[in-house]
Amino acid sequence: MSTHSLFEIVQRHENDLLVEWLRLQNQTLSARRDRISESQLRANSQDFIMGLRDALSATDSSDTSGPAFAKLREVLTEVSKQRASLGFSPSETALFVLSFKEALFGRLRQENANDPGAFAEKAWDATKLLDQLGLFTVEAYTKTRESVISRQQQELLELSTPVVELWTGILALPLIGTLDSSRTQVVMQNLLEAIVSREADLAIIDITGVPTVDTLVAQHLLKTVAAARLMGADCIISGIRPQIAQTIIHLGVDLGNVITKATLADAFRLALKKKNLSIASR
Amino acid sequence: MERIPILKIGDFLLVTVQVDMHDRLAVTLQDDLTDRIVSSRARGVLIDISALDIVDSFIGRMLGNIAGMARILDAETVVVGMQPSVAITLVELGLSLPGIRTALNIDRGMDLLRSASEETGETASAGREDL
Repeated sequence: MSTHSLFEIVQRHENDLLVEWLRLQNQTLSARRDRISESQLRANSQDFIMGLRDALSATDSSDTSGPAFAKLREVLTEVSKQRASLGFSPSETALFVLSFKEALFGRLRQENANDPGAFAEKAWDATKLLDQLGLFTVEAYTKTRESVISRQQQELLELSTPVVELWTGILALPLIGTLDSSRTQVVMQNLLEAIVSREADLAIIDITGVPTVDTLVAQHLLKTVAAARLMGADCIISGIRPQIAQTIIHLGVDLGNVITKATLADAFRLALKKKNLSIASR
Repeated sequence: MERIPILKIGDFLLVTVQVDMHDRLAVTLQDDLTDRIVSSRARGVLIDISALDIVDSFIGRMLGNIAGMARILDAETVVVGMQPSVAITLVELGLSLPGIRTALNIDRGMDLLRSASEETGETASAGREDL
């Protein structure tokens, strides 16, 4: 099997193919015209055809993972990234490559008008090649989306665990959202590092924003309290809603000798008292 | 043989662990410290582990043991300056060292020991008056 005939066609009709392909893309993309500019689309398409021509001239095989296709893969990765960030769907991204088929096949049919056997053979070669490239586009698109998701996860982790200083030596850690193992790890680390850097000996963990407390979450909280105690800081758990108090008892979780308060205000009052401070009205 | 120095400050003993605590060293420290508590009639022991990056379950248990022995010899033990990563490791190992007092740094640990010895000191002197 050879892709040489494809190369000849692409090289000979480069400009015709581009014009035809752009027309087809404009048809299929009609709903997305606002997201991508004409010049952008033209540049992408031109890069692709040039990449394809160079790749086909360098190799005779249709294996798109080979070194000859490296440049073309780069072009496709770039296009996928672009489209992923522009909000295109995976199929719309794949259509970029797949819509090239129609343009290419039209050309092939003209060239082989009187030899249906040769046309079928060449069409098959072209389909195989373009399908591979199409799949590669989808893969690149998915990779981009995955990296976006993992970055957002990281950002969420950082966003959701602030440690605030209420008073000299009194820290508060307002927890918002579900606590899982990886988040607890970050929470614990943030709190302990803040205890060292601010020289705090009291920390209030406020769980008002934690929707549910199960045995695992309770265990995570107890671990955090134990670790803080090992470093010489006392912990108060506050913001326990009535339902959560019920759940904790129904589950049979033993909070041990951890001090718990219903509201952050109560916890803060206790913390001030422990530091021999008081608030007076004037 | 390598030893961890034990310094005497007033009524208290100060142990600053500056090297990697391996098992033999911990056992030696336990021997030396109990000897010193008795010979110097110390009322409190301050163990500074701020330079310690790694603590395994054995060392964790040794710290607990040392605190227990000191208490029998009528000296309060305060472990100070534990690193966050060490605290997390110990908790994950299930060693929350319930018998040990802890403080953030040597200053705070000293305050803790002073206030503890004042409380017990009063009862001790009261006891002597009774004699």
